[in-house]
Amino acid sequence: MAHEHEPGEEHEAGPRHELSHWAKRAYAMRDILIEKGVVTEADIRQQAEFTESKTPANGARLVALSWTDPEFKARFMADPKKVCAEMGIDASTLNEFVILENTDKLRHMVVCTLCSCYPRPILGRPPDWYKSFNYRKRAVNDPRGVMREFGLDLPDDVEVRVHDSTADMRYLVIPARPPGTGNLSVEELEKLVTRDSMIGVMDALAAVPE
Amino acid sequence: MSSAAVFRDGAAVRVKAHFQPGHVRTPFYIKGKTGWVERCYGEFRNPESLGHSGDGLPRVRLYLVGFRQQDVWDGYDAGSKDTVFVDIFEHWLEPAAGAGT
Repeated sequence: MAHEHEPGEEHEAGPRHELSHWAKRAYAMRDILIEKGVVTEADIRQQAEFTESKTPANGARLVALSWTDPEFKARFMADPKKVCAEMGIDASTLNEFVILENTDKLRHMVVCTLCSCYPRPILGRPPDWYKSFNYRKRAVNDPRGVMREFGLDLPDDVEVRVHDSTADMRYLVIPARPPGTGNLSVEELEKLVTRDSMIGVMDALAAVPE
Repeated sequence: MSSAAVFRDGAAVRVKAHFQPGHVRTPFYIKGKTGWVERCYGEFRNPESLGHSGDGLPRVRLYLVGFRQQDVWDGYDAGSKDTVFVDIFEHWLEPAAGAGT
């Protein structure tokens, strides 16, 4: 079928590079949805801006508070969406939110083998590797191999528990609090909580010695 | 809701080795595998209907189901305590004769 213009042309500023098949399809669908009045360009931009505004900082704050305040942690694990709302973190677009806590003997690691389900309101956009076929395949059948590539070599007596988020649940890992951080403030602790540690593929960062 | 769940916490379950066209949320690798119900998450709209512009009703029960990795993958370290937990809708599960936890 002949097209008079490239899909998406009227709605994208800037130079148009060669698009993959899937990108072309996505632009074509966007154009059709706008043409048919299902959504407006403003809706799409607003949603993109909303998504871009979310960063792992939200998750890092929740983890740092969980490290320092056992009562907070208990409430957060029992009703994470309520606690997010209290803190002004909009988690309303998450269907269900489940918190997993790492211990000495149990390590959680999150994947979505079907697509790229991820707690976006809390952690922002997932990293590209999270969406890659390589991670999605190997996270379930070789989780220890994946963790080793992130620099984590776990002893055999630790249970590695992979969570495949195939349905309505979105998972967040509370990594173990790094040793030697007893006198750090919540703000200082937040800086140690990386996105990847909340996916569960690595530890929180070690405290930087004074 | 969860009080009426067909499978209780700890129940041994097998994932149906069933293949149907269209949108499903049961990953291929777990079909036919035996594990246990860790807990019931409650009822959710059925993605097999939502994925095809349906209303997702009636709602279906969703379970967190645990599997030993050595029961899932040939060649996974036999002594390993490692597990994989998958969210599986009730109609994909059937009772099984027992799975180790």
